Amino acid sequence: MTDQLTLSLISGIFIAGSAAYLGTLMLSRKMVVVAGPLGHLALPGAALALIYGFSLSLGAFPFVILGILLIWLLEMKTKLQMEALTAIVFATGVGIAFLFLPIDKAEAALIGDISKVNFYETLAAVILGTGVFITVNRSYSQIMLININEDISKTEGINVKLYNLIYLSSIAIIVALGVDLVGGLMTVALVAIPAAAAKNVSRTVAQYGLISGVFGIVSAIIGILLSTFTGFPAGPLVILTSAVIFLITVPLTKI
Amino acid sequence: MSDILLEVKNFKVTLDQSPILLDLNFSVYEGEFLTILGPNGSGKTVLVKALLGLLPYEGELIWQKKPRIGYLPQGLNQMSVKDMPLTVKDFFTLKKVKYEKIIEYLSLVGLEGGVLNKRAGYLSGGEFQRMLVAWVLASSPNILFLDEPTTAVDIVGGDTIYSLLKDVWQSQKLTIFNVTHDLNIVYAHSTHVLCLSRFGHRCYGVPKEILNPEMLRGIYGTDVKFYNHTH
Repeated sequence: MTDQLTLSLISGIFIAGSAAYLGTLMLSRKMVVVAGPLGHLALPGAALALIYGFSLSLGAFPFVILGILLIWLLEMKTKLQMEALTAIVFATGVGIAFLFLPIDKAEAALIGDISKVNFYETLAAVILGTGVFITVNRSYSQIMLININEDISKTEGINVKLYNLIYLSSIAIIVALGVDLVGGLMTVALVAIPAAAAKNVSRTVAQYGLISGVFGIVSAIIGILLSTFTGFPAGPLVILTSAVIFLITVPLTKI
Repeated sequence: MSDILLEVKNFKVTLDQSPILLDLNFSVYEGEFLTILGPNGSGKTVLVKALLGLLPYEGELIWQKKPRIGYLPQGLNQMSVKDMPLTVKDFFTLKKVKYEKIIEYLSLVGLEGGVLNKRAGYLSGGEFQRMLVAWVLASSPNILFLDEPTTAVDIVGGDTIYSLLKDVWQSQKLTIFNVTHDLNIVYAHSTHVLCLSRFGHRCYGVPKEILNPEMLRGIYGTDVKFYNHTH
């Protein structure tokens, strides 16, 4: 195995695994729709990264934070549905990106470029991915309870604002990392598909988180390996692998 | 005479610039089963949420002792967990209740340990509501706030929930704040009633003493069939 492939696989495993785990919380809160637009919002950042030659994730991160703040503020001010707001924010992100994005380099921003990830980017993916995993794991029960009912969580003594902040920060980090793996167009799939597949076959909360993480990791490994054999870009192959896993779980659905 | 638990003075709640509750004054004593009665839109849920600190209010809210509150909100119905891979045991584990405690509280509400591994979304409406009561009690509250606890269950199921609540109210020495628009509940279960209406009428006291046809007409804005239960 080449060093580059090792780096790609390590980055992919940590990004996809933590994204899928976080996705189980987002799916239970019907928040996955937010990850899509946030990925799109990351595009202007990715464009800047491509123009000035630094990491896609690094460029994406401030834009994702900005997007989250924007959605949060607009929701407070307008009381519009989350879907409507994300649609507004997402189209704006794509619009801005295409003003700057050098079209010849657009592919990396749109569908990711994990095959060229370097040592420092891999290190960042390992540290941030692990950080998000541990944070989500420690606050899983509280966020799940907030998902079920915010008022009851408050009366049970949970600091809802704090956990929402932890939750949104984790989403921001994962979306920014996801841009490296699958690009700005498909980050939503990293959180949504493994979680949806896991939900089909899980009966308990523990199974749900574990199975989703495993599905995410397996998709990343298979997608990246397929990419080296076929020459197709890794991002779409990772997503297609997880889509196949999802389809396999459909007849096994526990309802 | 038991001790005073909560004093509410000149209590006012305004939402989106419209006043929902104005100049509300009442005191609640320890061990009361207080029913907050009123038609839809009279501000029952708003009052409960404001008392719980979930909504901003003006005026004084004085807890004489540090309250340990359990709350069953109106919106917490089975739909909230319907599609989730969440067993009854998981639901208790979300707030770190130990296994023995889960069993203890489930049996208190008449549920067998067998439901532990069932998905919460697949319980019957009545079982789910009883599980919620057990779940709330598992934090050892001394005060329960219940907002329409029987909306999701049929009449028989509703009666079961209320007799269960009455049992735990007595055995756990709780003070209960119960929201309902069902007049029968007031007579059958409450020691006290606080009535709210959209027309500014209100009352507070022992049900049999204060609920008469005139008062009910004031609250509901129309004639209400009057049941003077003797039990």
